[in-house]
Amino acid sequence: MIELRVNGVLHQVEAGPETPLLYVLRNDLRMNGAKFGCGMGQCGACTVIVQGKPVFSCVTPLSSIGAREVVTIEGLGTLAHPSPLQASFIAHQAAQCGYCISGMIMRAQALLAANPHPDEATIREHMEPNLCRCGTHMRILAAIRVVAAGEHA
Amino acid sequence: MTRHDDRVDISRRAFIVNGALVVAFATMAPARLLAQKVDTLGTVILAPNLPGSLKSNPFLDAWIKIDDSGITVCTGKVELGTGVRTAMLQIAAEQLSVRPALITLVTADTARTPDEGYTAGSHSMADGGTALFNAAAQVRFLLLTAASSRLGVPVSRLTAKDGEIRADDGRKVTYAEAVKDIQLHRQADATSPAVDPKTFTLIGTSLPRVDIPGKVTGGAAYVQDMRLPGMLHARVVRPPLPGARLKQLDVTAVEKLPGVVRVVVDGDFIGVLADDEWRAIVAARALTRAAGWTAAPALPGYAGIHAALRTLPAKVYPTASRSTAPVSTKPAFTCTHTKQYVQHGSIGPSCAVAQLADGTMTVWTHTQGVYPLRGGLAEMLGVPLDKVHCIHVEGSGCYGHNGADDVAADAALLARAVPGQPVRVQWMRDQEQLWEPYGPAMATDLKATLDDAGNLRDWNFALWSTPHNERIVNAGRLAPATLLAKPFVSAPPVPIPNPEGDADRNAVPPYRIPNLDVTMNFVPEMPFRTSAMRSLGAHINVVSIETTVDELARSVGQDPVDFRIRHLDDPRAVEVIRTAAREFGWPYRGTDDRKAAGFAFSRYKNIMGYFAIAVEVAYDPDTNAVRLLRAVAAIDCGQIVNPDGARNQIEGGILQSTSWTLYEAVDFDEIQVHSNDWSGYPIMRFSQVPDEVSVHIVDRPGLPFLGAAEIAQGPTAAAVTIALSRVMGSPLRDLPLMRHAPFGRT
Repeated sequence: MIELRVNGVLHQVEAGPETPLLYVLRNDLRMNGAKFGCGMGQCGACTVIVQGKPVFSCVTPLSSIGAREVVTIEGLGTLAHPSPLQASFIAHQAAQCGYCISGMIMRAQALLAANPHPDEATIREHMEPNLCRCGTHMRILAAIRVVAAGEHA
Repeated sequence: MTRHDDRVDISRRAFIVNGALVVAFATMAPARLLAQKVDTLGTVILAPNLPGSLKSNPFLDAWIKIDDSGITVCTGKVELGTGVRTAMLQIAAEQLSVRPALITLVTADTARTPDEGYTAGSHSMADGGTALFNAAAQVRFLLLTAASSRLGVPVSRLTAKDGEIRADDGRKVTYAEAVKDIQLHRQADATSPAVDPKTFTLIGTSLPRVDIPGKVTGGAAYVQDMRLPGMLHARVVRPPLPGARLKQLDVTAVEKLPGVVRVVVDGDFIGVLADDEWRAIVAARALTRAAGWTAAPALPGYAGIHAALRTLPAKVYPTASRSTAPVSTKPAFTCTHTKQYVQHGSIGPSCAVAQLADGTMTVWTHTQGVYPLRGGLAEMLGVPLDKVHCIHVEGSGCYGHNGADDVAADAALLARAVPGQPVRVQWMRDQEQLWEPYGPAMATDLKATLDDAGNLRDWNFALWSTPHNERIVNAGRLAPATLLAKPFVSAPPVPIPNPEGDADRNAVPPYRIPNLDVTMNFVPEMPFRTSAMRSLGAHINVVSIETTVDELARSVGQDPVDFRIRHLDDPRAVEVIRTAAREFGWPYRGTDDRKAAGFAFSRYKNIMGYFAIAVEVAYDPDTNAVRLLRAVAAIDCGQIVNPDGARNQIEGGILQSTSWTLYEAVDFDEIQVHSNDWSGYPIMRFSQVPDEVSVHIVDRPGLPFLGAAEIAQGPTAAAVTIALSRVMGSPLRDLPLMRHAPFGRT
């Protein structure tokens, strides 16, 4: 058994230590937000936050997490009470198929937590690792920009 | 007579030939002829006089069911990330005069919904939306009529709203009561009660998409998120390349790995089932190492693909021909364009869940067509159609025929091995990129002349392509079925007939040209399996047409926008062009020689949505980087159902097409494909995203829905190519632009 703290809750996980965090989140903890995209850290669909930093959960072994806190999109807000960033993505309708969007929000969340008011260049550079195939980039950027400018309620 | 004449498919000239000739050509190209009796999405036309998909599903209760439990609306179209679910809800709610929340919307399910074939080709609004628009209006009228009888007052004194019909004296009848007096299992009428579009309160409004809140808060939204009780996880192991055969495989060690429930080997089809997803992946990796394969047939290689296309046996289709004026004596303008294979490249690899229970195979799938898939699966499994049940569940965006159907076949084959247990299969990244059907490589030759007044006079266009429509018409179109010990064979390829077109989609220019000849060379035998990808041949055809028009206009000192308008008779075309030009600030007056603008127009398939776009691009010689800076588009898609949804689609189309046009190509040599992950198949990243994209809608209240999802692809590619050619000072004719001279390798 390995201890894993996710969204403030301590879990006892049976998975092997080499198991990528992604599969632990999706299968052992039955969470949907982090997605399998490439398994190689090339697309960011699996992005979660570990101790404040965005990580590719698909290439992060469970054993490497240790006592560090994992935050997934389920930890930001809920359908009834979305976080400011989630609410901004909804307000901007910043999704088409939406498969990449949880990863986008988690990467952006990590930036805004460390730097609440990043400029446009910083946002774009920070988001570079995450891929969107539908071409929703303009809305993703707009949704982040509004929160970065402190314009949300 | 040319040497090609004996292979010419004259099916589209059927109206000019006599009966004897009909028999003769029917034996040559039967499928494209028979295709006339079904629509291009694969459904049988039962009532040709009815609007939209009512043609193939004429009964009202196929679409709308009302009872004491509420209102259920069924659509055979599926949510592919385009917002269709929300738009359908708006249409049905508008015409039934109810709040959207009062409707339960069911999308494609072979047990519950109409068969609308595929969700493809920007058809959802035009076909499915139109069907619902009319079916709902007719149902509402029937309900009003029934209430009128019950209450003894004329319909003119009744108001239907939110499930109740009220008379002006205050008495009311619910929809559920009124429906008891009428029979909804009746064929729709050809015309529906007229509605003034000015009265619409939902159609034309940007109702927020119903699926987005769940998708941004970790809700179960995709087939990838399904977890059924007792579900096993599976992975497949594919040959290293299509055509490689399994030489040896000892599965005994893999069968002993932790969690492994079963290894299935049937010919060259290999799969492993486990009690856990990661354990299934570990086992599949062990199987990959254990399997030995024969060499696959040699490939023509990236640089040789277009020469190969021109020499492989081709069937020649005369797409269009007219001759109404003397041929120009001016010198001809000629050019050749090429496009490489492209990948749909879903971010989420294809996935399906299947379960064999009580003799029925149920498959949860992100296919674009549950009914065609059901047919393919039933044939593959050797069971009657009614023993296969396909239910659509969303997947990652597909943009056409990707691995969705194939992975459903994988899931069905593996679920068959463990009756009763649900099986979830997801492809790995390399399988998605090596085994999805690619968008075809193509080549085009164009020769055009102007007359003495500088008007277009002669136009000769020929194109070469493999099929764009290898959809599931038999089991052999499912890749796993071709790998079995008793393999199924793919049905012969048949191009989609005009006016929709296949590789020749949008091959006919929209402009007034007296003499015109357009020919499609359809190459059925191919190094790679190819099939439908957003806009089909329109991508390169519109690039070929619009870059040529641009160069011809400039060759006689005319503004390319004015030149286009001068050659158009359709006022809707002219209006989107003028709108895009005005909003962009055309003509472009940039002074930085590293920046330039381009303009392009097309009407999708020449029968659907209108799209005009102006772009500004920049080239940085120090970094050899190109970026789209600004794109301004105008669309006319008829009556707009959801303006923000349409804008979202167009913005996405502009960015995706820019990515295809600048960067995307399947990289391969004679022995292997290198584009098996995102490093081998780069797509647009945030550093390459424009500064500004704006979309201007020319709304046409009361006119038919025309669809939006694919209309940006061709013109965006053309505008980017034109702008970049202007920056570089010479025409760029090989896609993707950044992979060829002067930017990349030749």
